[in-house]
Amino acid sequence: MEKVGVYDDELVNLKATELRLGLPGTEEKVSCGKSNKRALPNDTEKDIESTGKTETETASPPKAQIVGWPPVRSYRKNNIQTKKNESEGQGNYVKVSMDGAPYLRKIDLTMYKQYPELMKSLENMFKFSVGEYFEREGYKGSDFVPTYEDKDGDWMLVGDVPWEMFVSSCKRLRIMKGSEAKGLGCGV
Amino acid sequence: MTQDRTEMSEDDDDNSQSPPLDLRSAAIADHCSSSSSSTPNKSRNCMALNSQTFPDHVLENVLENVLQFLDSRCDRNAASLVCKSWWRVEALTRSEVFIGNCYALSPTRLTQRFKRVKSLLLKGKPRFADFNLMPPDWGANFAPWVSTMAKAYPWLEKVDLKRMFVTDDDLALLADSFPGFKELILVCCEGFGTSGIAIVANKCRKLKVLDLIESEVTDDGVDWISCFPEGVTSLESLAFDCVEAPINFEALEGLVGRSPFLKKLRLNRLVSLEELHRLLLGAPQLTSLGTGSFSHDNAPQSEQEPDYAAAFRACKSVVCLSGFRDLMPEYLPSILPVCSNLTSLNFSYANISPDMFKPIIHNCHRLQVFWALDSICDEGLQAVAATCKELRELRIFPFDPREESEGPVSELGLQAISEGCRNLESILYFCQRMTNAAVIAMSENCPELTVFRLCIMGRHRPDHVTGKPMDEGFGAIVKNCKKLTRLAISGLLTDQAFRYMGEHGKLIRTLSVAFAGDSDMALRHVLEGCPRLQKLEIRDSPFGDVALRCGMHRYYNMRFVWMSACPLSKGCCKDVARAMPNLVVEVIGSDDDDDNRDYVETLYMYRSLDGPRNDVPKFVTIL
Repeated sequence: MEKVGVYDDELVNLKATELRLGLPGTEEKVSCGKSNKRALPNDTEKDIESTGKTETETASPPKAQIVGWPPVRSYRKNNIQTKKNESEGQGNYVKVSMDGAPYLRKIDLTMYKQYPELMKSLENMFKFSVGEYFEREGYKGSDFVPTYEDKDGDWMLVGDVPWEMFVSSCKRLRIMKGSEAKGLGCGV
Repeated sequence: MTQDRTEMSEDDDDNSQSPPLDLRSAAIADHCSSSSSSTPNKSRNCMALNSQTFPDHVLENVLENVLQFLDSRCDRNAASLVCKSWWRVEALTRSEVFIGNCYALSPTRLTQRFKRVKSLLLKGKPRFADFNLMPPDWGANFAPWVSTMAKAYPWLEKVDLKRMFVTDDDLALLADSFPGFKELILVCCEGFGTSGIAIVANKCRKLKVLDLIESEVTDDGVDWISCFPEGVTSLESLAFDCVEAPINFEALEGLVGRSPFLKKLRLNRLVSLEELHRLLLGAPQLTSLGTGSFSHDNAPQSEQEPDYAAAFRACKSVVCLSGFRDLMPEYLPSILPVCSNLTSLNFSYANISPDMFKPIIHNCHRLQVFWALDSICDEGLQAVAATCKELRELRIFPFDPREESEGPVSELGLQAISEGCRNLESILYFCQRMTNAAVIAMSENCPELTVFRLCIMGRHRPDHVTGKPMDEGFGAIVKNCKKLTRLAISGLLTDQAFRYMGEHGKLIRTLSVAFAGDSDMALRHVLEGCPRLQKLEIRDSPFGDVALRCGMHRYYNMRFVWMSACPLSKGCCKDVARAMPNLVVEVIGSDDDDDNRDYVETLYMYRSLDGPRNDVPKFVTIL
């Protein structure tokens, strides 16, 4: 990546928009002719549904964004970008419901590397424990069984297919309770 | 009907036009507390009649009975300066206090002067903090205020905070300390979560208003809706559209069902269309509705699809509509039955195309306040101009907020609005292309403008037809819009634009400047003109020490000055600080700016009655 132009306050009058190159996903502060470093505040408290940087990753060549410009509050930016992310297929956001729980959650499956991570996160989210997965017998040791709906509309047991296939085909998760779950997958 | 001013307008304090004379009244306060004599200070311009004809206490009783009717704070400020007696009585009768900068005075000073406060409006961080121009944890903590007021004002009923840092502990203390508490409004605040909200919901039994607006609320996993007590509530307004946490819908439905006074309800993104439908059926008395996601959770079963239009038809009182966070466009026509009643419509989170938009707006003849994304395009704005003749406030936000984005709105939309909406008072317009001609047209067609904020997103963009700077356009605005109190400029601008502003901007209180001007002269024009200037925020503009010194005669009469990424030196800022002891001069930097010792990354200065604050983080230096 090379820097094409250097911002110089003496050339303000003649400036059209300038090209800047930077690494994808980086944000650079530009100031009036002096170099300075700005520590960017962490946006980590924002929920996982907003990444805020996907545009710089998909545009080419990527243009570094000026901090705080245009002056749109990050709450607003994040809410609009949530929609963009979902429509562009960045990540795979699926709704998670649990039988008996009054509300849904939403998670991005691409944030997890494998099943154990996902299960741990679900357990934390809904305060339950899932028991142990056995290839032939499904989940044992708990009344709760994690299931998912795949692209064909079938309800499957979480863990039956390889992880990558699961991430790409899962449309929605449902943590079933009790007898309803017994008929699935490799259960008894 | 009432406008939702806390959400829909950021200029809620611009109604009072007088420059607050805090320092002078503070001087009276100091004098009064030290003086033992009851005769008026002869060096003040006092009417001498009180001690000659009537005893002091009789006159003060009369005064008290009169002054209690005075609501406007600038009237009260003026009354308090008449003489010591008036100062004292005014302080006893002021029940609502507005503090525009939480660091301008200490909480103790507030409670010492005003003894019977029922309502506090408090503002914290400067506005540019919204755009990540300030590191987090800068300050504006609510904690010292709530703990001081807990002891001084047990009868406190209302707290309205903007850009403050509020913790769950603060909310718990609030809920515990004020048994008659009625209204909590948190705008652009952060630091708390659903657990804090739950405590307020549970303990404030007289709660009428709980409005969380554009605030960052952490999801602590607490079911706060279920924390409202059983039985009929006093709730009139419940706004939680910014809370990014799922809610217990059954509990919400129950709450709405037992809140007969509820008029305003703003749902968050996690409430679906079907759930909205159920709520509407149970609450047809609503006047203001935030519709939540406006989309389905699951694939709808067509035989059972609820009649959304009928639910809206039943809401005869709805005049203010917002939400549409995940809008499924095919359901938008359901709102048609309420369109002709609407005075306020907020589509600014919905990506609506002109074709979807036009049939809706065509019915909104009474609309006064309209917020939307630029996805409605110039075509949509032309439709607004054709129908919404009563429009007073317009805000157009960018769907794609980047400098190099396409920009579906332009000077055409602005021109159309100026021709169709002659009563326009306030406009915020994001675009990529603009012309002086359109801005001039607006200045001529819309004489009622008090707020003009134009953001041409590409920096330094000239008039895209003539190639000239945008000086003449903004010049026309300040010349022709005689009521203008707030201005935000953008595009390619030379010192000439600032000359116009300084000369003609007689009523401007708030000025926002970014990437503009050629030299120090520009800022000089503004500081030596603009007699009513209170709030000045500047970024990335070539204004340096010479310009800064030009304002020393007036910084005490301003609420604050913000200058970031401008060529200021620490030496000059130190000089200003030394010359003006009641001015707090903060230099805000990042942690690693030792190498550029003289360079001032961000200057934020404000007057203060109580000296520098005691909660300064390490990246802030007070000179």
